[in-house]
Amino acid sequence: MSGVQQRESAVQRKRHIGDVLLAAENIGLRFGGVQALAGVSFDIREGEIRAIIGPNGAGKSSMLNVINGFYQPQEGHIVWRGQRMRRMRPHFAARNGIARTFQNIALFKGMTTLDNIMTGRMLKMRATMLEQAVFWGRARREELEHRAFVERIIDFLEIPHIRNVPVGKLPYGLQKRVELARALAMEPTLLLLDEPMAGMNLEEKEDMCRYILDVNEEFGTTVALIEHDMGVVMDISDRVVVLDYGRLLADGPPEEVRRDPEVIKAYLGVSQD
Amino acid sequence: MIYRETGQFKTSYAADQAIFPIAQDRLGMLVILAVAFVAVPLMASDYWLTTILLPFVIYGLAALGLNILTGYAGQLSLGTGGFMACGAFAAYKLATAFPELHVLVVFALSGLITAAVGMLFGLPSLRIKGFYLAVATLAAQFFLLWLFNKVPWFTNYSSSGVISAPPLAIWGETYVTGFEATPRAKYLFALTVVTLLALAAKNMTRLKIGRAWMAIRDMDIAAEIIGIRPLATKLSAFAVSSFYCGVAGALWAFAYTGAVEALAFDINVSFRILFMIIIGGLGSILGSFLGAGFIVLLPIFLNNALLAMGMAEAVALASHLEFMIMGALIILFLIVEPHGLARLWQILKEKLRKWPFPY
Amino acid sequence: METLSAVLVEPFVAIAEAPMFFFEVLIGGLLSGVMYALVALGFVLIFKASGVFNFAQGAMVLFAALFFVGFIDLGWPIWLSLVVTVGVMVLLALVIERAVLRPLVNQDPIILFMATIGITFFLDGFGQTLWGSDVRRLDIGIPDDPLIVAGLYVNQFDIYAAVICGLLVLGLALFFQFTPTGRALRAVADDHQAAMSVGVPLNVIWAIVWTVAGIVGLVAGIMWGAKLGVQFNLALIALKALPVLILGGFTSVPGAIVGGLIIGAGEKVAEVFWGEVLGGAIEDWFAYMLAMVFLLFRPQGLFGEKIIERV
Repeated sequence: MSGVQQRESAVQRKRHIGDVLLAAENIGLRFGGVQALAGVSFDIREGEIRAIIGPNGAGKSSMLNVINGFYQPQEGHIVWRGQRMRRMRPHFAARNGIARTFQNIALFKGMTTLDNIMTGRMLKMRATMLEQAVFWGRARREELEHRAFVERIIDFLEIPHIRNVPVGKLPYGLQKRVELARALAMEPTLLLLDEPMAGMNLEEKEDMCRYILDVNEEFGTTVALIEHDMGVVMDISDRVVVLDYGRLLADGPPEEVRRDPEVIKAYLGVSQD
Repeated sequence: MIYRETGQFKTSYAADQAIFPIAQDRLGMLVILAVAFVAVPLMASDYWLTTILLPFVIYGLAALGLNILTGYAGQLSLGTGGFMACGAFAAYKLATAFPELHVLVVFALSGLITAAVGMLFGLPSLRIKGFYLAVATLAAQFFLLWLFNKVPWFTNYSSSGVISAPPLAIWGETYVTGFEATPRAKYLFALTVVTLLALAAKNMTRLKIGRAWMAIRDMDIAAEIIGIRPLATKLSAFAVSSFYCGVAGALWAFAYTGAVEALAFDINVSFRILFMIIIGGLGSILGSFLGAGFIVLLPIFLNNALLAMGMAEAVALASHLEFMIMGALIILFLIVEPHGLARLWQILKEKLRKWPFPY
Repeated sequence: METLSAVLVEPFVAIAEAPMFFFEVLIGGLLSGVMYALVALGFVLIFKASGVFNFAQGAMVLFAALFFVGFIDLGWPIWLSLVVTVGVMVLLALVIERAVLRPLVNQDPIILFMATIGITFFLDGFGQTLWGSDVRRLDIGIPDDPLIVAGLYVNQFDIYAAVICGLLVLGLALFFQFTPTGRALRAVADDHQAAMSVGVPLNVIWAIVWTVAGIVGLVAGIMWGAKLGVQFNLALIALKALPVLILGGFTSVPGAIVGGLIIGAGEKVAEVFWGEVLGGAIEDWFAYMLAMVFLLFRPQGLFGEKIIERV
């Protein structure tokens, strides 16, 4: 579906898949009496595109929230570059280059596109409040440097025309793109995408696929994404994790997962009728 | 003098990131400053300076302070009056205990002290939001006022609870506070302080710290995941906001009234300033001043209107009517234009940019 | 050291030495807490049904009391004044629903909150424009003499107030539990959209709930007015209901009552035993500080539900 040519380019890509970047070990997460995740373990390798799939309510978004530290799992560990910890913390995650987008767009609605993307550079700015108040020296230099960087992202994602528009006024598809831009502005080592293509038309989906592949290929950014569109998942991902009712159902390359009888029964089977 | 950008090409990000990127805005700003600094002191009478212009610039500064906290960082505060009182009394204690301190040092220190107090009362903002926080800030309002009213140390044991500002000179014999200072000197001093602080606020709100505030305001969860620390960011907003309110309070006591008691900063002052930013525009520096002008002029206008209608004795009626009109206007603005007068001004500018061919 | 002892030791010694006096203060505080609870109740009703934090509840107390006492001063009988004032509160609820709530539907809660601050000012100004700002005495025939119960001096008026408040709460509970309107109100409180989808008319519900809150405000205004005279101060005292809410939780009727009692008793005891050493009039801020400290430990209140954030 989303372009045969992309499938071919995915095959042609000669990328380096490296060591384990992040591993989830035996994650268990409860909300009151609801078990959102139970004993889930998988890893994400440097440079790969990792998909997390599963029916609604399978715990996919919860898993991303655990990875970037927004939810605190009751059980299990997160291992980041060999460093094993009880839980991730949002600030640690951001400092170490884990960026993410959200299922229900989480942009700063009152700010312009440019300002939204500039927030992604926040952690790289050092100027003190006083320097900012007088817009002098380091504050001014930093602002211009990061502005230049952000402009490159704006060009890359082809959104210069909406630079100064408050994002609350943008259509859905563009908002998704601005959100991706903000995540990219963090120069992430690991990019978490929560349903980046939900609610998009075919053309927008193809654009989004292209951006994801380009980011992965050109900057070597590791990508973990949740997606419902099986065509997209099978096309662009290197390995796929399948969750169902908070449990790990399958884990492996797309072709393998697609043939897994458990997966067909629990997920593909259900979605077809 | 047509407001249009045609022909102004920006060839660098530096030009686009300047504080006023459009030439007409720069010119407009210069004209306003020239009027405020040169024309007004030359032409305005002492009555105008002391009853309208001084309260206007000082209220404008306090509104700006609240706007930083509420309009930019999204933390609603009903304690503005308390923070202003804090600034006024801090300045008084500093100026009387250390008479050799320069007036600017006194004001800066009183701002910093208020900032510290503001951060203290901002601590609950980590765990609570919206109207919960508004109630917590009421604690600041009532507690601080009580403190300055009841603890005689703050008024240097004055029996009336009134503090009177000592005369302080900006240089030589040029007094800018106290009864020796001319209205003109007090106005120019207050105006200079307010202008500098307004420019600083403009810079802060458009750079890193301002983006962090707005990010917290618009979507705190996403902000946290980008790496913005919620507590530090909120506390910085409380600190900067309280600094501005504190300096405004010090100016109030030192340059405007000359003598003041704690109750002059009661909860109605807090509401008044909140109304300024709602009417002027939440999250707008210009709006803070537009709203301040509006609220300062409203009672004067009402009084004169009632006088003109032959109701000379109607002081109480005028204040009741003022309450009613303010209340109704707040609701009207929230419904029709939540971004206030500043947004109306912006819309006008947008229209002008395209006029007469709006396509 | 001396101050420390005056704050930390002596008040307790005083309490231990005169336990009867302490109990009198405590009961006096509890009974005045009933009044706070009454105002807080109005807040909770509106918050539950419409998610609006109604800052104007205090102004509604003053507004209702002003009309009531105004009619009585015109020489109208009490029952007629009461009926007409209830009519005024119904009208007010309808106007607020039409002119404020409906245009602001689906706005940020904080915007609605600020709008109710606007309502507060409007009502304060309007009420006083009509009726003036003098203190008006209100006599509804409840005796205000001390009564001796089990060896303790208790104000008779406060007991009447507590009984009336109790009856009102009971009446509201029955109304919510057993009438179709009450059921619809509970449905709306649970989930706006779900209630709408089964055909509960949201606008009507809001008007009803604001009316009920207005009547609760009227009762509070009458009781308070009879005690202190009807004057602008009522609106300020009613602000104390805000810390009560923080203690009790915004959505809990029992919370409003318990919170009111705690604040009422707490501030009286604090004022009587600690007020002097701290400089007096600590009633002004005690409730707010207590609420603020409380917020740090239990943001959702005593009875409120814990909020889980989702992304």
